[in-house]
Amino acid sequence: MTFFLQNLVNALQWGSFYALIALGYSMVYGILMLFNFAHGDIFMVGAYIGFGVATGLTALAAMGMLALPNWVILVLTILISMFLTSFVGILVERLGYRPLRDAPRASAAITGLMIGIILETGNLALLGARRVSFPSLIDSVTYNFGGVYVTNKKIMIVAVSLALMAALHQFVSRTKWGMAMRAMAFDYVVVPLMGVPLNTIAALTFAIGSALAAAAGILFGVAYPVLDPYMGIVFGWKAFVAAILGGRGSIMGATLAGFLLGFIEIFVAMIFPSTLRDLIAYSIILLILVFRPHGFFGEAYSARLRL
Amino acid sequence: MLKVENLRVSYGKIMALHGIDFYVDKGEIVTIIGANGAGKSTTLRAVSRMVPAADGSRLTYNGKNLLDYSADRVVSELGLTHVPEGRRLFGNLTVLENLKLACFARKDREQIKRDLERVFSIFARLGERREQKAGTLSGGEQQMLAIGRAFMSGRKIMLLDEPSMGLAPLLMMGVFNALREINQEGTAILLVEQNARLALKFAQRGYVLENGHLVLEGRGADLLQNPQVQNAYLGG
Ligand SMILES: Nc1ncnc2c1ncn2[C@@H]1O[C@H](COP(=O)(O)OP(=O)(O)OP(=O)(O)O)[C@@H](O)[C@H]1O
Ligand SMILES: [Mg+2]
Repeated sequence: MTFFLQNLVNALQWGSFYALIALGYSMVYGILMLFNFAHGDIFMVGAYIGFGVATGLTALAAMGMLALPNWVILVLTILISMFLTSFVGILVERLGYRPLRDAPRASAAITGLMIGIILETGNLALLGARRVSFPSLIDSVTYNFGGVYVTNKKIMIVAVSLALMAALHQFVSRTKWGMAMRAMAFDYVVVPLMGVPLNTIAALTFAIGSALAAAAGILFGVAYPVLDPYMGIVFGWKAFVAAILGGRGSIMGATLAGFLLGFIEIFVAMIFPSTLRDLIAYSIILLILVFRPHGFFGEAYSARLRL
Repeated sequence: MLKVENLRVSYGKIMALHGIDFYVDKGEIVTIIGANGAGKSTTLRAVSRMVPAADGSRLTYNGKNLLDYSADRVVSELGLTHVPEGRRLFGNLTVLENLKLACFARKDREQIKRDLERVFSIFARLGERREQKAGTLSGGEQQMLAIGRAFMSGRKIMLLDEPSMGLAPLLMMGVFNALREINQEGTAILLVEQNARLALKFAQRGYVLENGHLVLEGRGADLLQNPQVQNAYLGG
């Protein structure tokens, strides 16, 4: 039992990473019907921006110019990096995808992959091939709950992720911007007839997705402080699978599927040798998709009609 | 106030409008009638900037060049709204959300409240169903909501694309009475209809569109008496 609970905690942590990234995939797909295949690399860029911000803030603190406790620095790092990374997303939309709005979907997919490579190699060119290590902002404390060991970092990661997801849910269901996003997911063509600027909503969606990916990147850096330019590739693909599994365009689906992915991976590794982990885990998911090709919450919206 | 001159629109190589001229004055009800494929919907799409007008087309609204405006700014800045063919409601949003989305760019909170109440007083059925998803409304209720949405988003002038489509006669009367009411409060209406009799009775002036050319124009009552119109559009 304790063994099971121990793994549950790990699964929640990995699920948080996947879910936060999957949300960006799913939201963009929901409103623009395109998969942003550069999204995994935006996660990587977010982690690096977080590294830069955290390093800068700790340096200022060390010089005595910023008298702040470390946890405040961490919160600031998350917020500032989310803000900065959202502009990366806006840029990707503006330069990469907007000109292709009416082009065949394959063009957008290829463009996304290219943008990903540009971000990876751009990072390589900028910072060199060495890995960087994320500043350790909080000291690890381990709590023992009846034999289940939980670190303060894990609690923080899961809590911050859940808070962000709840905030996103509120935003999408309560604000007029969120309402416009939902409308756009249903029928993108008529949205301008409501006086709603399509491009602004598209940019906003990219911004939010990228900000969430940045948060995931920093939380990842807190748990596993070694960053490299290719860290986004595997994460990106796995989160993409989660978005599909959740149901394209579904926020609830992406969240649940992200966590489910974490669980499947961790529990497969509990039983089988770790070299077989992904093979078995993703075979299970493939099997689920055979029976639910639209994923958990996938609504097969009618194909969009021209006006 | 809406003035259209030499409007030409093509879809790829197919020319849908071959240079048409018409106008809608303040507070007026004007209709464009025509057969399937005549270009009626295309005319409305060009005015609301949903399809590009070819070079040489001139579209002005209160002296402003419509071609300088994007589709969303036509609504939010000029108050010119387009109720498209087939209603196109957001079925995943509630009735109230559909109406609120139509006020996306509006800042006058107090007036929005009053307008919402006005929509619910014109269409009482919508008021009863404000928390219901638009996708679950009946055809008639959907048309009411589509008009209500246009009412919320500016309503200096409304472009209506076949509002009678798919409605039983009684409901249709209800919808047109509501439109008359909205018009009397100052909203000009440009109505596109296949139901020529209904449209010509309802409008003060009308135009007849054939294959992308305007072939006739006149007062609604006169067009109803016109033998050419009677033959082609009123079943002889
Ligand atoms: N998106 C499009 N692409 C290509 N051709 C189009 C498109 N939309 C309309 N057309 C063509 O333009 C012409 C005018 O179409 P339009 O929809 O304006 O007709 P309409 O008068 O509204 O007809 P209806 O009464 O059937 O609604 C038609 O020949 C139609 O086939
Ligand atoms: Mg039409």
